[in-house]
Amino acid sequence: MISDQAKKEIDIWVAKYPEGRQSSAVMQALTIVQKENGGSLTNELKQAVADYLEMPTISVQEVATFYENYNNKPVGKHVIRFCHNISCMLNGSDELISYLEEKLDVKTGEISKDGLVSVKRVECLGACVGGPMCQIGDQYYENLTKKGIDEILEGLT
Amino acid sequence: MNNVCLKSIDKDNPSSLATYETMGGYKVWHKILHGELSPEKILEELKISGLRGRGGAGFPTGLKWSFMPRNQEGQKYVVCNSDEGEPGTCHDRDILRFNPHSVIEGMAIAGYVMNATVGYNYIRGEFMEPYYRFEEALKEAYDAGLLGTNIKGSKVCFDLYSHLGAGAYICGEETALLESLEGKKGLPRFKPPYPANVGLYGKPTTINNTESFASVPEILSRGGQWFADLGVVNSGGTKCFSVTGNVKNPANFEIPMGTPFSDLLELAGGLREGRTLKGVIPGGSSTPVIPAAEAMKMTMDYDSIEKAGSMLGAGSVIVMDDTTCMVKALTRLAHFYYDESCGQCTPCREGTGWMYRVLKRIMDGQGKSEDLKLLLSVQDKIIGNTICALGDAAAMPVESFITHFREEFEYYIKHGKSMVENDG
Repeated sequence: MISDQAKKEIDIWVAKYPEGRQSSAVMQALTIVQKENGGSLTNELKQAVADYLEMPTISVQEVATFYENYNNKPVGKHVIRFCHNISCMLNGSDELISYLEEKLDVKTGEISKDGLVSVKRVECLGACVGGPMCQIGDQYYENLTKKGIDEILEGLT
Repeated sequence: MNNVCLKSIDKDNPSSLATYETMGGYKVWHKILHGELSPEKILEELKISGLRGRGGAGFPTGLKWSFMPRNQEGQKYVVCNSDEGEPGTCHDRDILRFNPHSVIEGMAIAGYVMNATVGYNYIRGEFMEPYYRFEEALKEAYDAGLLGTNIKGSKVCFDLYSHLGAGAYICGEETALLESLEGKKGLPRFKPPYPANVGLYGKPTTINNTESFASVPEILSRGGQWFADLGVVNSGGTKCFSVTGNVKNPANFEIPMGTPFSDLLELAGGLREGRTLKGVIPGGSSTPVIPAAEAMKMTMDYDSIEKAGSMLGAGSVIVMDDTTCMVKALTRLAHFYYDESCGQCTPCREGTGWMYRVLKRIMDGQGKSEDLKLLLSVQDKIIGNTICALGDAAAMPVESFITHFREEFEYYIKHGKSMVENDG
């Protein structure tokens, strides 16, 4: 269920914590297997993480549903996480999110018909001086404009 | 400007060990390794410096460190809170990206003072660029023999690791952060016991904010008095401020405490053409809003901002001009706290939902004349009745927005639309 490569990555995290405290690595373990699974988690994957880290399944389930960055339902190939908090809002994030929704013909929380993109409204991502901003994968895109969004979308394949 | 935590920002290759060392970096750490600086002397300098916790609570850092039972047997921990998520705040991100070695050195010094041999830097899960920069710096520090066991032949040991979050504002609360670091939901712990006695894995732990740790090496290098004199009474030193919202050039500025707000506004390019100032949230979304006239009189330090009716918080200055609909602004903040409440305490879990739904109703044109009274009553029942400060943080903006901009709320309820042209 968990690939050897993912296990290797998880082990790097486990080694950071004291003996017997491998559950500290659960957040990264979920992040790693989620990435490998195309961006979302399944019950089987959560079970596999629980088994691998010798944790109760319910504890993994709790973590997977508490934190915003885990997707417990399938998502698009790329997830555009758009900040709509106050500093971004004051600089026009609402307007840009509407533009994005219109352009992709998708509402926030949904996946585009071709499965390529999902859009999420998220709370502050800590790049307020560059608002409006969004995150795709590991990358932040700041000082966004409609033109900037067009360029980002063109780059998503 | 930018002469403590952000001093490498204009340099080439700002995050590298070489750059840090040319600026005097690790000088203090070497002194410690040579046995030339005692924990007592460090605590004394920190107390003189007037450094207060930069994460928002403003607790004196030197005092916090002195609470650790340094002579107690067993493992002790140092934890850095890089879970920067207070809306309007993004300077820790720049410290991690551009001056990561100052955080490493600050944490190592803390470990030495408190006899803690292991440290974790909890970085929010979205901060991948800062995380990679920090990891690179960590590798450089290990390769240079600055971390590890019996460092440079001394008796000093310190291992440091980074940990990544996964998106939860509440984990910026120090005991929620510890729960999260242990691999659980980020639910704040009941205090006492305080982390200095029962912290990470039940062991004595001290948690400080990124900027606090990053300030320590420079303070010890140049002296506590030097730092204290940069600021004003009760607010020693410099502080990083993120200036965002309706200004021409939103950016981070590290400036002396006590700098007039009007000067900081000027640094950020001032307001846009033809606009006037309406209100300022000075310390991040959890701190009360201040109307323009009061804001223009305040200086950026703990006492002056408190006198103006708010708090310095995390140093996150959100500027709102006359185009801002205050009903909309408050509704957005209310949604944030509703979304981020961990759900542990009933007043916060239910109260944040009530406040958001009532505000949403007003925004939808369905507001009732008694709604403002209801909002004030709900926020009053949250304050002081929850385990952690998120409840208070959700409540305080409500009271301040309604107090200072009451007519905008009344107008919205009466007319079903915003008083501000082209908005709502």
